[in-house]
Amino acid sequence: MKTNREFEHFVAPVEETPLLATDAVKVDDAPLSLWADAWRKLRRRPLFIISAVMIALIIVVAVFPGLFTQVAPDNGCELANSNGAPTEGHPLGFTFQGCDIYSRIIHGTQASLMVGVFSVISVLIIGVTLGALAGFFGGWVDTVIARLGDIFFALPIVLGALVLTQLPLMRENRGVWTVVLVLVVLGWPQMARITRGAVIEVRNADFVTAARSLGVSRIGSLVSHVLPNALAPIIVLATMELGVFIVAEATLSFLGIGMPGSVMSWGNDISAAQSSIRTNPAVLLYPATALSITVLSFIMLGDALRDALDPKSRQR
Amino acid sequence: MTTSDVTIQEAGTTADRPLLEIRDLAISFKTGSGEVQAVRNAHLTIMPGETVAIVGESGSGKSTTALAAIGLLPGNGRIAGGQILLDGEDISHASEKRMIELRGNTIGMVPQDPMSNLNPVWKIGDQVKETLKANGRPSGPDDVAKVLAQAGLPDAARRAKQYPHEFSGGMRQRALIAIGLSCQPRLLIADEPTSALDVTVQRQILDHLEKMTSELGTSVLLITHDLGLAAERADKVVVMYRGNVVEAGPSLELLQNPQHPYTQRLVASAPSLASRRIQVAKELGVTTNELLAPAEAAVVAPAQTEDVLQIQNLSKVFKLRSGFGKSTDFTAVDDVSFNVKRGTTTAIVGESGSGKSTVAQMVLNLLEPTSGKIVFDGVDTSALNTKEIFAFRRRVQPIFQDPYGSLDPMYNIYRTIEEPLRVHKIGDKASREKKVRELLDQVSLPQSTMQRYPNELSGGQRQRVAIARALALDPEVIICDEAVSALDVLVQAQVLNLLAELQSRLGLTYLFITHDLAVVRQIADHVCVMEKGKLVETGSTDDVFDAPQRDYTKALLNAIPGARLMLPPEVA
Repeated sequence: MKTNREFEHFVAPVEETPLLATDAVKVDDAPLSLWADAWRKLRRRPLFIISAVMIALIIVVAVFPGLFTQVAPDNGCELANSNGAPTEGHPLGFTFQGCDIYSRIIHGTQASLMVGVFSVISVLIIGVTLGALAGFFGGWVDTVIARLGDIFFALPIVLGALVLTQLPLMRENRGVWTVVLVLVVLGWPQMARITRGAVIEVRNADFVTAARSLGVSRIGSLVSHVLPNALAPIIVLATMELGVFIVAEATLSFLGIGMPGSVMSWGNDISAAQSSIRTNPAVLLYPATALSITVLSFIMLGDALRDALDPKSRQR
Repeated sequence: MTTSDVTIQEAGTTADRPLLEIRDLAISFKTGSGEVQAVRNAHLTIMPGETVAIVGESGSGKSTTALAAIGLLPGNGRIAGGQILLDGEDISHASEKRMIELRGNTIGMVPQDPMSNLNPVWKIGDQVKETLKANGRPSGPDDVAKVLAQAGLPDAARRAKQYPHEFSGGMRQRALIAIGLSCQPRLLIADEPTSALDVTVQRQILDHLEKMTSELGTSVLLITHDLGLAAERADKVVVMYRGNVVEAGPSLELLQNPQHPYTQRLVASAPSLASRRIQVAKELGVTTNELLAPAEAAVVAPAQTEDVLQIQNLSKVFKLRSGFGKSTDFTAVDDVSFNVKRGTTTAIVGESGSGKSTVAQMVLNLLEPTSGKIVFDGVDTSALNTKEIFAFRRRVQPIFQDPYGSLDPMYNIYRTIEEPLRVHKIGDKASREKKVRELLDQVSLPQSTMQRYPNELSGGQRQRVAIARALALDPEVIICDEAVSALDVLVQAQVLNLLAELQSRLGLTYLFITHDLAVVRQIADHVCVMEKGKLVETGSTDDVFDAPQRDYTKALLNAIPGARLMLPPEVA
């Protein structure tokens, strides 16, 4: 509404706010990609530092167990040491069979980590491919893949694993690879779902349309534009699933349908500890602690990554 | 005007004391890299019943100042100095309890985005009721309906029972105005209340807001980026730049006699105030007369310049799902025909839902027409095979509206601009890099921008990158889909000038899709006005602006804020 009041005309001195060029480009600070930005945020976070150091340590243990113990984990067990207390050179004591607990934990790392890593890689390949196709093309492709995923999603992992491992072919070849196979068959739908959601979010972005009108093919735009931008939630889930798969391996081994007894793994050790838990709880406690720390590290790393890669926290 | 009586009444009680006075206000924000001063030495006076507008570009501190007045600064912001006097009481450090008392009752607020400021799971009526209740006013269904009816919502009692998604953008903004004014505050802060709306709706809403506030004697603090709108609606305009108030004064005088260099710059580039096309020497032997010849006439008489694009009886029907297995037809584009001459700019103007973007998508061959033909350089584009479409893409390039969405955030600027060259396998690595450097020069971005990522650039800079990408393949036609709508006025003027300059240098043809007639005036040679999928008027820009034939076009033209203001010729 207009009034008839008189106003004074105020003008600020120009020196106070000197005029800048319209829309000048900042040239002083270093360029920053999404990953560089995430790294800058990550390296200051205690959660990330702790989990990264732990994971690095676990990987070293898995690859070079010889650096940490010279004691043979399985042959050379003496029954005389059964459930023995820690002694010189055997810091954690002995199992029921008289084997060195510390050495078994060190040597068991490899199997547990291998199952986790290979399961996640396979789940990534299958889940991301199917999820991306479903999300990008939609329509009947989406319907078929989503329903298929729902079927596997509905199977409880232990029940499904029980059935799968009892198939003759699986029963005869039990080992790391059968466990990986079981985990992948039952675990891919979650990855596919996350990928599908992320792809749907990105596929209608203007930069995808722009790429298409530059002459990029549909598949080309999926691979070069949509997927890289949908990667953040996939990486977070993959990190966390690594921990989850390691636990799943231990669960299956504990139930006797995972690793064969001949393979050293934390799950097998926990399972074997059942009988002597009252007389010597250390037998159960140490492998269980190793398992918990490993899983915790991966889940903590996933959490830290989720915060760092969150697009909402990025400046526009 | 009736307003002056109100002022006199108010003056009788408050003895000519300002309702809101901001003195030397300083606001700072805590960020990762320390304290940042967002506002310095801001001062502002609003008398009872007065409308004051704050004008400035994004980041100038205009919204921050207003939010400080209502005590709603974000958590990391604080008032570092100065005073905010509301009717003589300093509220700059008032307790939260006192601020809650003031909000709604004494200070009302109409927020910017009508789409996100209503709670989608609450009925409109309940949201009004909540405000009434919080301020201890009667909140029965009748009171709610009355408040909504006052805001100009037809059939208010029934509307109150609806959810926000059943409302159009304009109706939502009316509901927000109803909420803001429901407790009859003495001061209403309107933060860009209409910037998300079509011009004709904007006009209605602002007219209504003006009527309501003058009836109630409410003072209004209007925040806007549009100088024309501010001058038209406010008694007094305050211009903010980089956190400082650089100029303040009576709106018309400020516009006619801007003193501060920033205000001068702003007045010179405000599209709503400009009245002619950006003048660039036309090359390619095209004379002014030919440029201004109406499109229809060109079809009858043999044209000297060829039509690079012919759109013939174009229609697009979308099937909308409505229940199980059923679908209804929605005609987005209905029998549209027009021609685009080489080297000229044709603008398609219309409000949201008029089908203008659908036309652009079909011309880009991203959407298949239901019927009709698009003839590009003598060839029907719907008959192209995959290989020919690939070649077509090289010659017709788009620039999209949202500068934040049209660049891949994972690609640095070099890869973004290089992508079209790579896709079309043009040159080797070294020659492509040379080309990218040239393109950056053409859009006046420093070459060091190459290594940066889109999130480090401003909206205008991103749009210039998008232009560079579109130019990479040396196209003949560029389709600009609302290419400058999201930009600040000064940046918008900069980009429009760049586009005009590139056109005269490279002989480009533009198909310019926009809702903003003011922009059309600055850039286009021909205009096609679309309404609800139909083409209602075509002609040269001058003809359409000087003598619009259809009521719809007239309404659109009248709704340009500031169009009715008288300006000295050297400014206009």
